[in-house]
Amino acid sequence: MKSSAKKLSAAPWVFIGPFLLAFGVFTVWPLLQSLVLAFQQTYGPGTTRWVGLRNFEYLLGDPLFWRAVANTATFTLGSLFIQLPLALGLALLLNRPGIRARSFFRLTFFAPSLVGLPFVAILFAPIFEKRTGLLNAGLHYLTAGAWSPEFAWTQNYVMSSLVLAALWMYAGFNMVYFLAALQNVSKDLIEAATIDGCNAWQRFWHVTLPEIRPVASFVVLLSVLGSFQMFELAFILLNNGAGPDNRGLTVVMYLYQTGFLTGDLGYASAIGWVLALLLMGIALLQRRLTRKFEEN
Amino acid sequence: MTPTRLVRFIVYALLIFFAVITLIPFAYLVAGALKSRFDFAASIFLPAGDGFLGVAWGKLTLANFHRLVFELPVPRAMLNSIFIASVHSVVAALLCSMGGYALAKLKFPGRSLIIGIVLTALIIPGPLLLAPSFQLLYQLGLLDTYAGLLLPGLTPAFGIFLFRQAMLRGVPDELIEAARIDGAGEFRIFFELVLPLVRPMLGAFLLISFLGAWNNFIGPQIILQSPELQPLSVALNNLRGVYGTDYGLIMAGTLVSIAPVMCLFLLLQKEFISGLTAGAVKG
Repeated sequence: MKSSAKKLSAAPWVFIGPFLLAFGVFTVWPLLQSLVLAFQQTYGPGTTRWVGLRNFEYLLGDPLFWRAVANTATFTLGSLFIQLPLALGLALLLNRPGIRARSFFRLTFFAPSLVGLPFVAILFAPIFEKRTGLLNAGLHYLTAGAWSPEFAWTQNYVMSSLVLAALWMYAGFNMVYFLAALQNVSKDLIEAATIDGCNAWQRFWHVTLPEIRPVASFVVLLSVLGSFQMFELAFILLNNGAGPDNRGLTVVMYLYQTGFLTGDLGYASAIGWVLALLLMGIALLQRRLTRKFEEN
Repeated sequence: MTPTRLVRFIVYALLIFFAVITLIPFAYLVAGALKSRFDFAASIFLPAGDGFLGVAWGKLTLANFHRLVFELPVPRAMLNSIFIASVHSVVAALLCSMGGYALAKLKFPGRSLIIGIVLTALIIPGPLLLAPSFQLLYQLGLLDTYAGLLLPGLTPAFGIFLFRQAMLRGVPDELIEAARIDGAGEFRIFFELVLPLVRPMLGAFLLISFLGAWNNFIGPQIILQSPELQPLSVALNNLRGVYGTDYGLIMAGTLVSIAPVMCLFLLLQKEFISGLTAGAVKG
């Protein structure tokens, strides 16, 4: 009895041990280290120099950093207000009773998110190509040659092209969440509302939307946080750079450039902490807005 | 047309419209991969000609794939991707299911503290750890090695969280107690009783982690400098630097890179979707 009790008390640590060890070494330690690094300047990972608060002072007045924040915020708002309504719309269409080939449509809409960010970026480079690219050539073809746009998407419409590529990739991904939520909405509630004389719009606004609100706020939070950490899509699509006049520079790309191209891991850590604070602020704001919305 | 039929017509028209828009880039990708450098610029999809459906089928070529396989380091990069994604997904699934099990079903001092740590770890933004992890891997001498790429990601907090949720819901305490009374050891209980009960989550998690590692770019881009170690995501992007405007070749490389995960998904899609939405809808 005694030995079995002893065995029982050791087992949990064997199961959770790998996580605790890896978490300590590869998360807690780097997290503490980044607090130290944020007050240092480095020349590559080996040479460090203490600079106190100067990284943060410089960051607050760094026009490139604020350019990156503005770009990233634009991209995030684009994702939020174009992509999510479209995702919800597709989910509502697919959720209608008696839709045929539902699983075919669902799979089709979902497929782009399987491609993976680096490959989406590589695929969209020729699509956005000036004159010969699919988008320009397609517009030319659809207007029967009346309109031959020569948009240099990744030159003059940097953020629009990033939002478009992300739209293609993630609209169906978010649709899956909305669809799962819609399928959990009680049919009786909808029926009761119909009997009470609600039209389709009233049913959506007063019954469906409140029912899917938890999932909707989860999807909003997930895509805002994800968009704010965007890196690969812009970096690869813009040929490993920030685009003309840094119009495609994102916060994480700036972190990457300073840390791994310039070699200043200290300044990169300072950027990382400011990004973390921004994300936390967004998450708190979103929670307050959700709560306020629920109270009303 | 009655109003209901009109609505139905509009619904299908919209669905088909968006499905076509979604599929066009895929068609562009496949057509592009089969075209020579010259034909890529000369036609949007397939080159026009006198053949069946007005397409010059004879102009299509497998030369791009031939070059990828025999002249460029793409086969090596493919093997690297398969290796990295397989090791990552299998080990992460094992360690996360173990951790999730301890936090869901075993009682020990400090458990609620560790649950709190896992929930906190969920919100740490990845980019914050890039610079200090790079420095740590440098100090450990693990830069430019697979150990350096794989070790930091083996126990993602969200994996522990997902398995804990699945086990709280799907594994009855009575079963574990009964097995214990029958004299089964803790590991036997875990591998032969608990894991089979959460098989759907296991499948979904394996697939999600495989996809995540396959499509990871920033990790290998920073950690792996040697070309012979790089996975497809980084290798293909480097290829673009050299053959930038040879889009036929690049499209063939992209097609080759995404085909394996697409096939894997089609085989396991049911488990994938249920795993994806498990935490969000029922959690």
